[in-house]
Amino acid sequence: MNKRLEVKKTYKMYIGGAFPRSESERYYSLKDKNGNQIANICRASRKDFRNSVVAARKAQSGWASRTAYNRSQILYRIAEMMEGRASQLAEELVLEGLSSKKAVEEVNEAIDRVVYFAGWCDKFQQIFSTVNPVAGSYFNFSVPKPTGVVSVIMPEKSSLLGLLQLILPAIAGGNSVIVLLPQNNPLAGLTFAEILHTSDMPGGVINILSGFREELLEQFASHMDVNAVIYGGSDTESLKLIQEQASKNVKHVVVETSNNFFDESFKNPYCILDLQEIKTTWHPVGI
Amino acid sequence: MKKEISNIPDFTKTVPIDQVNVEERVAKLNTRSIKKESKMFALKLAMQMIDLTTLEGSDSPGRVKQLCHKAMRPYSSDADIPKVAAVCVYPTYVRIARETLKGSGINVASVATSFPSGWAPLKTKLEEVRYCVEEGADEIDMVISRGEFLKGNFSYIFDEVAAVKEACGPAHLKVILETGELQTLDNVRKASDIAMYAGADFIKTSTGKISPAATQPVTLVMLEAIRDFYYKTGVKIGMKPAGGIRDSKTALRYLVMVRETLGNDWMNPDMFRFGASSLANDLLMQIIKQQTGVYQSADYFSKD
Repeated sequence: MNKRLEVKKTYKMYIGGAFPRSESERYYSLKDKNGNQIANICRASRKDFRNSVVAARKAQSGWASRTAYNRSQILYRIAEMMEGRASQLAEELVLEGLSSKKAVEEVNEAIDRVVYFAGWCDKFQQIFSTVNPVAGSYFNFSVPKPTGVVSVIMPEKSSLLGLLQLILPAIAGGNSVIVLLPQNNPLAGLTFAEILHTSDMPGGVINILSGFREELLEQFASHMDVNAVIYGGSDTESLKLIQEQASKNVKHVVVETSNNFFDESFKNPYCILDLQEIKTTWHPVGI
Repeated sequence: MKKEISNIPDFTKTVPIDQVNVEERVAKLNTRSIKKESKMFALKLAMQMIDLTTLEGSDSPGRVKQLCHKAMRPYSSDADIPKVAAVCVYPTYVRIARETLKGSGINVASVATSFPSGWAPLKTKLEEVRYCVEEGADEIDMVISRGEFLKGNFSYIFDEVAAVKEACGPAHLKVILETGELQTLDNVRKASDIAMYAGADFIKTSTGKISPAATQPVTLVMLEAIRDFYYKTGVKIGMKPAGGIRDSKTALRYLVMVRETLGNDWMNPDMFRFGASSLANDLLMQIIKQQTGVYQSADYFSKD
């Protein structure tokens, strides 16, 4: 008989570089297919979201003003750290219902996706910037700049690869994010927060919440200090609500209906451009 | 001779302050929850209690004017949001503030006596105070000489405050203790007593130039000093925490302390002020949040 007491992990959220429980002290129970308890998961409140927005806003300008090369290094560092925790991530995906083969595939693809977007950090600007012909003695050019704070509502499936596919383009482009994990598959996402914490990623750039989508959807879309919202899903009622609320401060609304994030089409820099604003400069030149 | 000053306590003796108890009392009061109508009331009250402050080396006439307009109408889209109590500036800007605020009912406060360090001859300090009053200041925020206080030269502080009070004439005198430099709560209590007995109309925690500025324990000790002074003399002294109060939540906690320590008579801008600049915007954002149900962004509020 094993005399050692089992040490179970408390899954906590990630806000502003710290690991708090919900300020509301609420939680929900996560169960496996057979109805056995896996863990208690924090049930984020509106206030948790609000605190995350404050943290994200504070971190955003610092993140955006780092050199693109440095952002690239930090993203690559995330991939390195994930590699070391790959087996844990895979186990958690299995707990969430994937077969072990599928789980390993997803973790590998997720790590590769991080490397993919790490590479784009200092390259998308060249592709999307333009020098514009104008009738006048101006040097006229346009460059992409980060939108700001992005809230992300994850789709219910694909907890790890989906998470990375939705947040990496935002991060690579210098935005900060607040992400709501899928209610029934939050484990790998919450562990990913611990990976972030050891990857030189400044606190507050990525904030990770777990909780009930219907409770937080409106807040994610209405908060005036959020500049863009990504909605993973295809529920028309939810989408209508998001678009209505987002109109209050004219947020970008990005909708991701796919559930298969393995698709090759996701590997493209236009995902980064979705969360950029094009700024044009008119620079007078002597003739 | 002895009889004349018999109501003034012996400042060489210390009123002992139990720090653990003070902190516990503060923690206990912080658990109060203020919601809905009460919250709205408190937010608006806090707004009316603000001394909107700019005390930077980089201040300009334009900035002072801008601040005055903000004081008169904090949020351009909603005229129902109350104006603040006063605008607090350096002596040089008193006249500009006075002219800009004319007819608004908002007071002009000026820091004086070699703010923030207080290192200047008394004569210079008094001249500065008279200058501010001549320029049109309604309120004078003086700093005490912490150096002399820490030496134990309490009578110097007493005389200094009394002399400044005399120089103020009709203007109200707020005495800044700069509690961040006084080291112990016992000292805070002692400095409060000296200031009040010497003629302060208000006692104020900090200049905002050093850290820590206003803290809740320090404020509680000062509020209790005010209460004891009132019981003894029947005179009501005002209180102004300043520096470091940046969000509504903290402001409401201060209001709870005032209500619980001094009662309703102090719950108005004549008896209680917040020395702050960024607090005004946070209060505004909270008020609009209460009205609309939507969390607000600093992007949509004027910066000063």
